[in-house]
Amino acid sequence: MEAKTAPAPAAAALAPPRTGLRLSSRWATLLVLAVVIGTIPWFFPSGFYFRVAALVWVTGLAAVGLQILMGQAGQVSLGHAGFVGIGAYSMALGPKYLGLDVLLCLPLGAAAAAVIAFVVGRPILRLKGHYLAVATLGFGMLVTMVLVSEVGITGGPDGIRVPRAELLGWRIRGGETFYWITGGALQIGVWIALNLQDSPSGRALAALHDSEVAARTVGIDVAAHKLRAFVIAAVYGAVAGGLLALLNGFVTPDAAGFLASVEYVTMVVIGGLASVPGAVVGAALLVLLPQVLTVFHDYEHAVFGLMIMLFMIFLRVGIVPGLAALLRRRG
Amino acid sequence: MNAMPGQGQVLLTAKGIGISFGGLRAVDNVGFSARAGEILAIIGPNGAGKTTLFNIVSGLYRASSGRIALDGQDVTDAPPHRLAARGLSRTFQNLQVFFRMTALENVMAGRHLQEKSGLLADLFRLPGTRWANDATREAAMALLAEVGLADKADLPAGSLPYGALKRLEIARAMATNPRVLMLDEPAAGCNPVETEEIDHLIAAVAARGVAVVLIEHDMKLVMRISRHVVVLNQGRMLAEGTPEEVRSNPEVIAAYLGTHGAKEAARA
Amino acid sequence: MLAELLQFLVSGLTVGAVYALVALGFTLIYNASDVVNFAQGEFVMLGGMVTVFAVAVGLPLPLAATLAILVAVGVGLLLHRLAIEPARGASAVTLIIITIGASIFLRGIAQIVFDKRFHQLPAFSGSDPILLAGAAILPQSFWVLGGALLVFAGLFLFLEKTLLGKAVLATAANRLAAQLVGVDTSFVLALSFGLSAAIGAFAGILITPITLTSFDVGTLLALKGFAAAMLGGMGSPLGAVVGGLVLGLLESFGAGIISSAYKDAVAFIVILAVLFVMPQGLFGRRSVERV
Repeated sequence: MEAKTAPAPAAAALAPPRTGLRLSSRWATLLVLAVVIGTIPWFFPSGFYFRVAALVWVTGLAAVGLQILMGQAGQVSLGHAGFVGIGAYSMALGPKYLGLDVLLCLPLGAAAAAVIAFVVGRPILRLKGHYLAVATLGFGMLVTMVLVSEVGITGGPDGIRVPRAELLGWRIRGGETFYWITGGALQIGVWIALNLQDSPSGRALAALHDSEVAARTVGIDVAAHKLRAFVIAAVYGAVAGGLLALLNGFVTPDAAGFLASVEYVTMVVIGGLASVPGAVVGAALLVLLPQVLTVFHDYEHAVFGLMIMLFMIFLRVGIVPGLAALLRRRG
Repeated sequence: MNAMPGQGQVLLTAKGIGISFGGLRAVDNVGFSARAGEILAIIGPNGAGKTTLFNIVSGLYRASSGRIALDGQDVTDAPPHRLAARGLSRTFQNLQVFFRMTALENVMAGRHLQEKSGLLADLFRLPGTRWANDATREAAMALLAEVGLADKADLPAGSLPYGALKRLEIARAMATNPRVLMLDEPAAGCNPVETEEIDHLIAAVAARGVAVVLIEHDMKLVMRISRHVVVLNQGRMLAEGTPEEVRSNPEVIAAYLGTHGAKEAARA
Repeated sequence: MLAELLQFLVSGLTVGAVYALVALGFTLIYNASDVVNFAQGEFVMLGGMVTVFAVAVGLPLPLAATLAILVAVGVGLLLHRLAIEPARGASAVTLIIITIGASIFLRGIAQIVFDKRFHQLPAFSGSDPILLAGAAILPQSFWVLGGALLVFAGLFLFLEKTLLGKAVLATAANRLAAQLVGVDTSFVLALSFGLSAAIGAFAGILITPITLTSFDVGTLLALKGFAAAMLGGMGSPLGAVVGGLVLGLLESFGAGIISSAYKDAVAFIVILAVLFVMPQGLFGRRSVERV
């Protein structure tokens, strides 16, 4: 009795099989994240660490959004930072030109990003592979160019200030405050992403990721679902961008730049394309590495580039799935 | 839930279907009718246009001529996901399995149209989503059991053997609750034991009132279970009729069965 | 008025020739291996930077230029051997990310080995503009256009008239079939990378007297070269040349007539327009997915 094993496509090698996020795995992720967020401040020698950690949480939030688009829906985006930039600049432009309260600009910026993603996404998502990659890259670059060129409105390459946030008289500032705000935002963001993964919509995304043709024949409106993932990722990016703006009190066009987009992609890929917590791990790695390498600041690009190549060649499944596979083999 | 059709009621008709690729007329003036509870087989040599015809009828290609009607309603230019909503489902000759999902998740994905939870409920894990998850998982497990894959439910599809994947696709197609099921070479590459299992499966599906349209090369299978046979050759209809009529048709023998094949078919 | 238009025309063709050369490099590699090589721009950068520093150390220009091309070819071959080969069979996206990583890596190394400033080379035959119908044209433009023409002609002759060139075309058309008839496809792949790097470096050397060079000119050039390749039709060498020239002209006239602030945006608008309206480009072919 010969049993032919069907040839699993090369794409399957990029991410490990979805062995179903059982309840325990979901809860484990959320619990571990909550514990980490809740306990590491104990180890902070100074206030500076709160800011760095807050940066990790915010960046992680943006990365999780991209993971939904790239890991779950399988659509590559080299322009994710464009939405981060839109969210970030809303926090500066909203108060300045529309007189809005800066906190209100957070959801407004997210809404703006959602609308833009909806409009731009429809035509862009008809493309695949490297065409899609370059189209999203083009989008990101156009956002950056507008931010850089409209100096009168956006302050150009030098950036623009973001006013301090105030909620019912309470001034929101200080590394520690932002640490808890961004940590909470990340926890919620991860919870939502995990919910999506284990739901009808999530299965639709996973299906169209593996075979668009088959997904269509079981009734999935592929174009509509891709667009949903794109918009959701944009919202994640914009919220992260808004929080980033509050954290720094300042925004520059670099937040939306090509290099930033590449960093987000790297975070997701290194952490594990199929893994929601992997995006957070990747973000932590990429935010903390330059901090560790401050001495070697000039080598930053070289190291970054090398890291990308090595991971994509040798550990394509990413850190979290790689570790999980290792543990599975031992246990 | 689609209402049960009367036995023999025409559910799917294709008339005058034609398509060209570049200068090649791949399908020319082909038509058929699929009836509830009956199995229609489409046979012919390789390159006859069978899969192309399937792709047209299932909405993947757009025909340059011809009309397709499902339940009396014209669906000629409808996209695949709309056809699925109207009760048309299919499997693929070159497996289009969701390789990175488990076998169970593959079939669960097939239940997409029956899940009505909505995006917001999914994002916040509202009761509607949790209920959909449980109901879908249950229904999917039942279907896996029917095709004999219950013990492989949590294995990644990419690790399953070929015969199992063929059955998995059928389970997934059945999950959409179809009124018309199109199977593209469901027994291809399967050994005699697997073929017989699929044979029984298809018969059971038809017994439920589903109209089954089948592309197959295995003549024994075709002759055994189909009620009506259409023969394609070089994109055109060569013959149609009952299995007995077709297998004794001299043109069909010359173009496809060959004398040995005709004897094989006669023995079925 | 005519003088102005003539000026735009010449500068558009000049920069377009560079885009064409970059696009040609993309096409060569894409045809041989289905890889979109984002590090393409870095070859151009290496051409310019290595020449500048070699001249600074005392080498005469022709020798420095040759050295630069050899360095670029070496880098191209290493890129193929160390980064692309090991990832054979990976998805298109993985490969793109690898080449992006390579591009960033090369930029990072250039930053360390050279420096972060802009550099220039002296024009090959003097920098006094030539007056032509009222337009002031740099003599270097003629070098660029002439050099590009030489490369186009040379490549055409190589691909169409030599056995090795035919092997390259065969590999591009169908790698498996080429292997089956005895073509050493991994040699052809390496050759494509090397040739691509040489062409890129050559372009870099020619254009540096006009546009200067620095460690990070590569990124934008790669993106524009890619836009040109897409415009012409991914995989078509003729398309790459036409696309490059058209892009250069669009940029030049756009900057001159509409606005110079968004000059760089032209390439991206072109990319998006091509992708939405005619993804196969001017000379490419549409493909149908078989199920």
